[in-house]
Amino acid sequence: MTLAASRDGYGAALLKLAEDPKVVVIEADLGKSTKSQMFRKEYPERTISLGISEQNMMLVSAGLATSGYKPFASTFAIFTERGFEQVRNGIARPNIPVHICGSHGGIHTGTDGSSAQSIEDLAIYRSLPNMIVLHPSDDLSTEYLTTQLLEMDSPSYTRTARNKTPRIYDSETVKELRIGKAELLEDGDDVAIIACGVMVSRALEVSKILAEENISAAVIDMHTIKPLDGEMIDYLAKTCGCFVTIEDHSIIGGLGGAVSEHLSSNLPCPIERIGVNDHFGESGQGDELLDKYGMGIQDIVNAARSAIARK
Amino acid sequence: MTKDAGGINHLADIDELRSIATRCRREIVKMTHRASAGHPGGSLSAIDILVALYKTRLRIDPNEPDYPERDRFIMSKGHASPAIYAILNVMGFLTVSDLNSYRIMGGICQGHVDMKWTPGVDFSAGSLGMGLSFGLGVALASRMDNSDRAAFVMLGDGELQEGQIWEAAMAAAHHEVGNLKVIVDCNRIQNDDFMEKQLRLFDIPAMWKGFGWAVRECDGHDFNEIISSIEWLDSVKDRPAVLIANTVKGKGVSFMEDNPAFHGAAPNDEQLLQALEELS
Repeated sequence: MTLAASRDGYGAALLKLAEDPKVVVIEADLGKSTKSQMFRKEYPERTISLGISEQNMMLVSAGLATSGYKPFASTFAIFTERGFEQVRNGIARPNIPVHICGSHGGIHTGTDGSSAQSIEDLAIYRSLPNMIVLHPSDDLSTEYLTTQLLEMDSPSYTRTARNKTPRIYDSETVKELRIGKAELLEDGDDVAIIACGVMVSRALEVSKILAEENISAAVIDMHTIKPLDGEMIDYLAKTCGCFVTIEDHSIIGGLGGAVSEHLSSNLPCPIERIGVNDHFGESGQGDELLDKYGMGIQDIVNAARSAIARK
Repeated sequence: MTKDAGGINHLADIDELRSIATRCRREIVKMTHRASAGHPGGSLSAIDILVALYKTRLRIDPNEPDYPERDRFIMSKGHASPAIYAILNVMGFLTVSDLNSYRIMGGICQGHVDMKWTPGVDFSAGSLGMGLSFGLGVALASRMDNSDRAAFVMLGDGELQEGQIWEAAMAAAHHEVGNLKVIVDCNRIQNDDFMEKQLRLFDIPAMWKGFGWAVRECDGHDFNEIISSIEWLDSVKDRPAVLIANTVKGKGVSFMEDNPAFHGAAPNDEQLLQALEELS
């Protein structure tokens, strides 16, 4: 098992994107952390540092994009929220293709504590018209999906994670990924476990435990939160008939919210949402925080049993 | 100016500019009256500067509003949209019937200037404090392209209360963005009242100087001063430059002048007639 952090995939993607001379990287003093510094080292003339000023970063990026450049701007997920209204009014509303990456998303961020642990970013960016919202599960998928953003005419928000988790893909399997198309990692017919980000590896672990109880779980990497792959959810509603969603994010408005909205409007069926249950986090190691805040392996196993029982 | 022209049009006829400004002022009061809403005060304070800038300096083309090498004018105080629509009408981007669509559902003249709706508009404003950052991005792009495309940004003085303005001011000076040109429409009044009462800015020129900008002041209603100040803006190459234009809110309509009530209120029927009489 290889451990990797998705933020490293963002830096690797920027190096690939550099082949396009119009790609520029915008930083707000956290290039070392978001890994945009990998691009800065190779292409300093195409890297613009703006200091600690997230609101400014959003609109500078928009100005560059309307002049033919392809800006990739990054900071911590939580600090992108400092510029949320700028994203709303200055980027999403005029539909300017600015690509924002928020690293250090979720309470898995760890010891920095609750001020640094964004648990609402997916919900707020998902609510904006025109926005694409991604939350890949490992470094390879982050790299692969980030490079696809260049083909998009819309702005995007990508959440990456600070800490290492088991790698999900390899250099071949990652090539199946497409923005907007959920990845069926394991098929099953008793319960569908839809996960994103650092929780995908836990979903795979849970599926093994459930298999020992003769419960067949489908496991899905929902790397694109918006546009949501409704076709995949409909398929799972028919084959499995119940769901568990898992995210290192508030259970309000994120992946669980999106899947619930889709199901309730289309094929209503039982769903259990695993995530941060309307709480702020605290300092600690990423994995122990996930366990403490209701995203432990046993929590997910119990949720799967509960969803099946409600069918 | 057209896209074939370059540099300041020294032959600008001041009387003609004054007459154009009066025509624009008439459209501003008519638009806000028709919509029973809008922001006449800050439109009337800004219009002389806009007339000078559009008629003597900006390289734009109504026949090809999006041509890539056009100069960019970024109206950050987007509520003063009637002033922009009036000058875009003069420049051939908008018809009088377009002006009639101001704030009307489906009309191309939105309440606040919007690049997705109106030809000739290069920035979607409405939320104060964002235009300088956008202008910085536009200016950086122009510099990376080795282009002479200019980036002019108009800010309001009340808008300077937004923290983002100073984030952008810092970054523009740090990066020595010499092709970024800012004009502050200093009409001394914000939505609720005089800035002096709401939140004082003690020394606006000193604030910009402290952030590393080249600074000059002018009378924002004197065309000779405005034109020479635009030339000065162009002459500064080594750092960003800001023109502090001292203006009168509601300029040209006696009962709107220096009157906070007309920041965001339209003239009624009687007031419209009086305004048009004064602007004849």
